[in-house]
Amino acid sequence: MTERVPILRIRQVLLVSIQTDLDDQDVLLLQDDLAQAVVDSGAHGVVIDITAVEIVDSFVGRMLATIASLSRLLDAQTVLVGMRPAVAITLVELGLSLGGVRTALTLDKGLRMLEDDRVERGSEGTAPDAVAHA
Amino acid sequence: MTGPSRTSEVLEITTTAGVVQARQQVRVLAQQCRLSLVDQTKLITAASELARNTLVHGGGGTMTALLVEERARRGVRLSFADHGPGIADVDLALTDGWTSGTGMGLGLSGSKRLVDDFVLDTTPGEGTTVTITKWGR
Ligand SMILES: Nc1ncnc2c1ncn2[C@@H]1O[C@H](COP(=O)(O)OP(=O)(O)OP(=O)(O)O)[C@@H](O)[C@H]1O
Ligand SMILES: [Mg+2]
Repeated sequence: MTERVPILRIRQVLLVSIQTDLDDQDVLLLQDDLAQAVVDSGAHGVVIDITAVEIVDSFVGRMLATIASLSRLLDAQTVLVGMRPAVAITLVELGLSLGGVRTALTLDKGLRMLEDDRVERGSEGTAPDAVAHA
Repeated sequence: MTGPSRTSEVLEITTTAGVVQARQQVRVLAQQCRLSLVDQTKLITAASELARNTLVHGGGGTMTALLVEERARRGVRLSFADHGPGIADVDLALTDGWTSGTGMGLGLSGSKRLVDDFVLDTTPGEGTTVTITKWGR
């Protein structure tokens, strides 16, 4: 049975929140769906929320790294939010550094990170008070 | 609970859904054994790696899971067995980053680091059994 993870769009950001234990096929499906959604929406950012994720193994880790590099090629930034401390400890011991993946502790901080990027890059849109939360 | 459970559960791993079931079964046992949250996470992650190897490299197999007790300590023991091609060069297979396929080559070496005991038993042409144990503190 395949389980599709919903991809939500909030303005220029795509938000994915992983809530169930996905099998490897669902993980690959999510990767493809996200790449397509970035292209279709022209979003400048992708936020992946893993607050509810109890383990990240090498397969999911690789998917996260792939999404980060894929979206970069498609002109979008990816931020991973909500990693549990036990997951972080395990990832390091497993040998997975997720070097190319940016992380933020909370969804709010992740969204701000993307917003700040946008302002720095001098892109369109009303640049809100970028200094206020620097 | 009164003493260790001696009944072992055998799970078939023949599809990717089997890998998910393995994780879920191990989570239940890890909680029964009262492993710390970090140790639970490490054990489930190692189980996920080894279950996937059983499926992908071993062509499918089984996970046998049980609670064990020894010298007043309790732990969870998991054994992943298949009748696949076996591993010709064990040292190489246990090297970080080495893969015969398209993986990251972290499953075997990484899961070894995540548990307390790790025994790899393999015969080329006959199959592979990996047995791991995580002890409660
Ligand atoms: N059950 C098995 N039967 C046969 N070969 C195996 C088995 N488990 C592991 N191997 C061999 O050992 C190698 C290393 O395994 P390991 O899990 O570390 O990496 P991987 O599965 O290739 O990649 P990943 O990082 O995605 O797990 C595999 O590429 C495979 O050749
Ligand atoms: Mg593997």
